[in-house]
Amino acid sequence: MQRKHWISAVAATAGLAIGLMASTAFAQTTVRIAWYSDGNEGEVLADLLKRFEAGNKDIKVVLDQVPYKAITENLPVQLASGQGPDIARVVDLGGVARYALDMRPYLKDASYWEKNFGPFLPWMRPEGDSSAITGFMTQLTVTGPFVNKTLFEQAGTPLPGPKATWEEWGKAVKDVAAKVKAPFPLAMDRSGHRFFSVAVSEGAKVFDDKGEPAVIDEGFKRGAKLVYDWHQNGTMAKELWGSVSGTAYRGANDEFKNAQVVMYQSGSWQIAQFDKTVGDAFDWVAVPSPCGAGGCSPMPGGAGLVAIKTTKSPEAVAKVMDYLASEPVLSEFYARSLFVPGHLGIAAKGLDYAGATPQGKAALKVFSDQVAQISPAAYKLQGYANNRVIFNAVISRLGQAISGEGSLDDAYKRIESDVAQQIAERKK
Amino acid sequence: MSLVTKLATARRKPGRWHWTDIAAYAYLALGVVLMFGPVLWLGMSSFKTQAGLLEFPPSLLPMSQKEVTVPGQSQPLPLFEVTMPDGTKRVLAQVRRIGIQAQMIDPANPGETVRVPIEGRVPVREFKLATENYTEPLERFAFTRFLWNSVFVTLIATIITLIINSMAAYALSIYEFRGKTAVMLMVVGTLMIPITIILVPVYLVITKLGLVNSLWAVILPGAATPTGVFLLRQYMLTLPRDLIEAARMDKASEWQIYWRIVMPLAMPALAVLAIFSIMWRWNEFLWPLAVLTKTESYTLQIGLNAFQGELQTQWHYLLAMTVVTLLPVALVFVFLQRFITTGIANTGMK
Amino acid sequence: MASAETNPRRDGAGAAGTLAAPLALVMRLVDWPMRALQRLIGERRMAYVFILPNLAFFSLFVFLPLVINFVFSVTGGAGLFPSERPYVGAQQYAYLFDCGSFLDPSSCREDHFWRGVYNTARFTVFQVTAMVLFSLLTAVVLNMKIRGRGFFRAVYFFPVLLSPVVVALTWKWILQRDGLLNAALTSLGGERILFLVDPSWAMFWIVFVSVWAHMGFYTLILLAGLQAIPADLYEAAEMDATPRWRMFWRITLPLLWPNMIVVIVLALIKGVQTFDEVFVLTGGGPGTATLMIVHYIYETAFANQVQNFGLAAAASVVLGVVLFALTLAQLAASRRKGAA
Repeated sequence: MQRKHWISAVAATAGLAIGLMASTAFAQTTVRIAWYSDGNEGEVLADLLKRFEAGNKDIKVVLDQVPYKAITENLPVQLASGQGPDIARVVDLGGVARYALDMRPYLKDASYWEKNFGPFLPWMRPEGDSSAITGFMTQLTVTGPFVNKTLFEQAGTPLPGPKATWEEWGKAVKDVAAKVKAPFPLAMDRSGHRFFSVAVSEGAKVFDDKGEPAVIDEGFKRGAKLVYDWHQNGTMAKELWGSVSGTAYRGANDEFKNAQVVMYQSGSWQIAQFDKTVGDAFDWVAVPSPCGAGGCSPMPGGAGLVAIKTTKSPEAVAKVMDYLASEPVLSEFYARSLFVPGHLGIAAKGLDYAGATPQGKAALKVFSDQVAQISPAAYKLQGYANNRVIFNAVISRLGQAISGEGSLDDAYKRIESDVAQQIAERKK
Repeated sequence: MSLVTKLATARRKPGRWHWTDIAAYAYLALGVVLMFGPVLWLGMSSFKTQAGLLEFPPSLLPMSQKEVTVPGQSQPLPLFEVTMPDGTKRVLAQVRRIGIQAQMIDPANPGETVRVPIEGRVPVREFKLATENYTEPLERFAFTRFLWNSVFVTLIATIITLIINSMAAYALSIYEFRGKTAVMLMVVGTLMIPITIILVPVYLVITKLGLVNSLWAVILPGAATPTGVFLLRQYMLTLPRDLIEAARMDKASEWQIYWRIVMPLAMPALAVLAIFSIMWRWNEFLWPLAVLTKTESYTLQIGLNAFQGELQTQWHYLLAMTVVTLLPVALVFVFLQRFITTGIANTGMK
Repeated sequence: MASAETNPRRDGAGAAGTLAAPLALVMRLVDWPMRALQRLIGERRMAYVFILPNLAFFSLFVFLPLVINFVFSVTGGAGLFPSERPYVGAQQYAYLFDCGSFLDPSSCREDHFWRGVYNTARFTVFQVTAMVLFSLLTAVVLNMKIRGRGFFRAVYFFPVLLSPVVVALTWKWILQRDGLLNAALTSLGGERILFLVDPSWAMFWIVFVSVWAHMGFYTLILLAGLQAIPADLYEAAEMDATPRWRMFWRITLPLLWPNMIVVIVLALIKGVQTFDEVFVLTGGGPGTATLMIVHYIYETAFANQVQNFGLAAAASVVLGVVLFALTLAQLAASRRKGAA
């Protein structure tokens, strides 16, 4: 016990020291937002929050900008131990939903939220809850391919049409790459969303009739076979899917910017950086999601800003969220960060991305139009609380098959057992 | 292997070159290239623009494309060296590119437009440091706060580590007491346990102590390093015992013996531990990331990594900020280099 | 470590002295209560007083977490606090050891765990061997009568100060597809090699980079040992016309043995613990070719959506037991050999 006393004495002194060090503002409610950034959205948000603070002197909003790793790996632990922030920008919507605050009692006008964020609200609800409002999408992402049009022109190959299949695109880009000597005919991010944009188009259903995960079906296998074969015949380079283990993400955005990729299956979030860095070096276009036996659906996704239930000042949190979700503020946020809007009203009106080049604007239009093409299966997968269990298992096991550790059939078995085991663990 | 005995031969024939000397210097020269080269490359790359980082083959020095202002054009235009159909080369400015054709003009004669296939042009470049890689993130983040936090953590943690580790090592090397074997076993047994695997339990302890988001949460858990105790004890074992006995005769207290006799004698080993502690603490990433969530308590390693997103790594910032976190360590090294290396090496010098 | 009867270098002690001036005052003040305490409990028992602070920290931040870790390993579910986790007995361990054949990871239920075990074992063997050879070679060269020894010593030492992330990033920048090394290869007319996509190359490079980063420290330990060998031993051997290689085997190696043991033990510990460097450099890939055991534990506990602390804890307990046995065996070996 003596030991404990000693430590708590140290702790008390420590607390005092920190207390003195931190600049404490009195008579103000502090709202802390844990935020990660891919591009300039952190700066844009900081700007908007400054305006909020100017109008609400009693609330201080602190934006804690963290690496993405802190959001995926540490935030769940912090939330589970009750040490989380008041608001967090998260990607694992289903996982964090358990800690989310239902803001309805505090919001100025809950119907505004339901009207404009309707399809996305279920993504952020705890399992079994069908009415809570916990947050909004800072960014709706839609997967889809970018094509280096200049490489197609140099090769003299025509671009496949809007209803072209994955196989047709695969052949076309391979042909182009061979003529212009590009090392990556087709590149696809090492990510579950990207893989399922192919698999769902090939007819993957992911769930059985009861709504339980049944990942491996004919559609899934067609998608997996396509990706596997592309790696075998050189349409895809092993550097993304085959070069790292486990659930690690790898993207080919740098290679695309460097004109080494003919077609890059990624998504709407890349537009901002392509717009900024590619410049005049080549023409790039976004094209509609290619088709397969199951349609031409992209995968929806994105990052949501979610209120956390352990907050000490839910009123202040709701006030901040109301402000950020309001149409003019959110329009400005989406427009300046070049994001596809996750707000139906704004989407219907269309956004003027004033800062974008004509190429960027065109791409944003393609992706915004693609939202209508998202199939029910894709929506269902995105809305499934444990979807990242599925994504991670697929990335990890398919990656192993691609790098030559076992066959596709082994991968299928492993995916099924990985998913079953993890979901069982959660239910314990 | 005959290099080994060079020690003996060199002593007796000074001034004469043996092939082993040449081999030794060649090895050392290779070492300089291999050891310094990669870090130098990292440093130079951190001054390249985002586009410059991507190009292949990479240029040795940070370069960027030269631009000229041409009358009649609102924007400065990029300069290219163009190989004309007749084989001559001209330096032209590009107005725009349409598909695989580029529209170029001669800056000296802006009236005439030349159409060139895009393969036929090579950018004209000049040496330019992309200092914005440094200034932009540093302006965006509370750099001085992060720096102060890092320095605070590093210094306090190192002092605590040195004191408590040396006390324990003193007890384990000078005294015989009950439970000594058990303590030694604990020290040795945990030597090999990396903090990564007990991250969650330690986090729970910190939560219970109410230390989350305090810098003490970073400082305290790593203070009782088994490595430090082990290192210091091994060194203290070699200290002459009669010195301690003599001091006891002179009525020195145990604390005085520890502080006035053993500590100064153990200085080389302490220096080694100090430099390692400084390094560990300065570079720590995973643990602070878990316990520090507020901007005002971030250390440099956390704060400067905030631009690592889900889907994009902004390499130009990442490299620049890596160099920033590296600089203090480099400075410590430059100033304490002799002390550090002799601290380890001279422990055995006659 | 090395035998040392001499005083530390003056300049070093001086520098630390000025830094520690206020500390010295505190220490002098502490002497009063300490003296009183010593009168009370006696000289011998002062050992407990000295060991107490370290032990307190140790118990709270190492020992207690290890116990919690063990509790994690016998419970399941996704809860964070031990009280929220249902007891499952040895189930997590059973998962880990559920193998068709222990030699074939793909027959195991937790195949990544076993791949991690084998990769770590292979990596550690290569790394320790390379580390000992290169640090010995470097120490021997540095021990020769060369100009600028201090400078070269510093050159080999400085990567030790870099953080694992910096080390990995530095080399990644060189080894990637469009990196410096491939630029050099293609300019010499060679083909590009995808160093981090080929399993053998990836393993080679993580060993290389690891040796690059840590060699300096071990070199200094060995250098200290070499310098402690009395020169007259060599002179006497020279008189007897002993061949040089024989001198190395008969004089240098035996006298250097205690330092070698330190090097081997420390390198082994570092090798088994390897995580951050490899994680940033290869991400455990290609496939799972460089997936290390600590990486597996980290991924199981953190990277998955359902953070499986139970399984991760079980794996770390297994790792801990193996490491503890290894350390004891090594210390026993070093005591015997060191005495000889």
